[in-house]
Amino acid sequence: MPTISRDEVAHLARLARLAVTDAELDLFAGQLDGIIQAVAKVGEVAAEDVPPTSHSVPLTNVFRADEIVPCLSHEDALAAAPASEDGRFRVPRILGEA
Amino acid sequence: MTDLTRLTAAELAAKIHSREVSAVEVAKAHLDRVAAVDGAVHAFLHVDTAGALAAAEAVDKSIAAGEAPASPLAGVPLALKDVLTTKGVPTTCGSKMLEGWIPPYDATVTRRLREAGVVILGKTNMDEFAMGSSTENSAYGPTHNPWDLDRIPGGSGGGSSAALAAFEAPLAIGTDTGGSIRQPGAVTGTVGVKPTYGGVSRYGLVAFSSSLDQAGPCARTVLDAALLHEVIAGHDPLDSTSLNVPVPPVVAAARQGATGDLSGLRIGVVSEFSGDGYQPGVLRSFEAAVATLEKLGAEVVEVSCPNFTYALPAYYLIAPSECSSNLARFDAMRYGLRVGGDDPSLDAEQVMSLTREAGFGPEVKRRVILGTYALSAGYYDAYYGSAQKVRTLISRDFTTAFEQVDVLISPTTPTTAFRIGERTADPMQMYLADLCTIPANLAGNAAMSVPSGLSDEDGLPVGLQIMAPALADERMYRVAAAYEVARNDAEGGAQIHRVPDLAAGVR
Repeated sequence: MPTISRDEVAHLARLARLAVTDAELDLFAGQLDGIIQAVAKVGEVAAEDVPPTSHSVPLTNVFRADEIVPCLSHEDALAAAPASEDGRFRVPRILGEA
Repeated sequence: MTDLTRLTAAELAAKIHSREVSAVEVAKAHLDRVAAVDGAVHAFLHVDTAGALAAAEAVDKSIAAGEAPASPLAGVPLALKDVLTTKGVPTTCGSKMLEGWIPPYDATVTRRLREAGVVILGKTNMDEFAMGSSTENSAYGPTHNPWDLDRIPGGSGGGSSAALAAFEAPLAIGTDTGGSIRQPGAVTGTVGVKPTYGGVSRYGLVAFSSSLDQAGPCARTVLDAALLHEVIAGHDPLDSTSLNVPVPPVVAAARQGATGDLSGLRIGVVSEFSGDGYQPGVLRSFEAAVATLEKLGAEVVEVSCPNFTYALPAYYLIAPSECSSNLARFDAMRYGLRVGGDDPSLDAEQVMSLTREAGFGPEVKRRVILGTYALSAGYYDAYYGSAQKVRTLISRDFTTAFEQVDVLISPTTPTTAFRIGERTADPMQMYLADLCTIPANLAGNAAMSVPSGLSDEDGLPVGLQIMAPALADERMYRVAAAYEVARNDAEGGAQIHRVPDLAAGVR
């Protein structure tokens, strides 16, 4: 029987870049355990010889002609940015140094 | 004067195009109705009064100039689910993450509506990022079911369906990932259609689970849904999964069905959708629907789809997996909320985590974590991989069934609308609301819900689900239209006019 611990939920939340509170950890650990036990039922019929379907329509690459067409203006692209500077997105530091 | 908000879209269009009323009058009547009742219903997150009146004026001008209407629905008002982008008009997806976001572009569905002269009244409430079955997960508060304001209007497109049932709009657009058009349609006594996957463009639809998401029409009559279907459907080069095939002739099928003859048609009842967990009144309504369809000349037979019982578990692995990936775009960098961005001691990853903590509600977090789990090394084959195999088995069940019958039917939802708050603490209980609708999303075929009377034990609407093969959407419209006519004849009018008078009881 699959189980999912509080620590495991914390680890998954970290992988998903999602800060979670202690109260949320308690809540989700209990709920996710129940959900995972219920969805594990898919293993009952998933036999070796059944090919997986990732998409209901057969997908092939769809290309457009390699021509320059109008796109969002610089201003439009930046209009909803939380912060911008010199015509670029301004983001928090990514490397360790302040 | 006739109360314009009580008319169907087809009736409104006829009056507008013959200049009996102006599109502006029609828009104003609906905006007034929204102002009067939406405090109690909360179907709308944003009302675009100026935009709606400008669009209506443009239609009136074009008709006055003697031009042919841009489409059969030109001048008719519509409520748009807030998951579709609207240039210059806020789009929030029911989330704090996108509060105040003004998209710089229109979704293809939005663009087609505008080009058709459809008057967009505003954006409707929904479960956050379309995750939910009750519209209780909206960050802006729940929508109330016009049939009983203490109950849910279904989800995730509860706002769109409630707007129809509250006579705030004759038409609406929803999106259906696991039943989010059909399920709200059923519990609000309205028509909801999930077209064949790929039949309507997903460009500009904020992605939840890309292999399942499908936009479609919501209306109060089958013909209105068909008219809207033809306005929004068709190939779109901007969506790589958009099907490059002709739009199924759904309007012609709805008109043909309205003659009330289904002779020669074979209808399959899915035997797996009849066990425990179904409300007795829902099952009785379904049995009555079968009898009605037989009276219309259809041959009804039982069909087994044994793997449908695995659809719900497969869906709750596939949808969260795709959501955990799709929602990675909400990273606080280019648009949307940013929390902690002014604190120089925080790096990008910390800002990202804090933003997502503050911006996402519990259901979204639960699914992001579940999806991250299902896709992680060591569990991928057991969960996600197995779910994709179940998808194959469900498609095969549909193929086998459609070799025997033209369409399949089932109840749309196992129960009528439950009370607000009743299932919020138990996610698995909540997920059961989409039990019957999910197989069609996994296989990509067409499905719709049509009103099927009121449950005898609680007086609340019940829906009949009709499922058709991919690209044969017209078949279900024909059956639905015939069924609608038979029910209206038997009851002496459309069921929707039995919704309690909100103006008298608004709180």
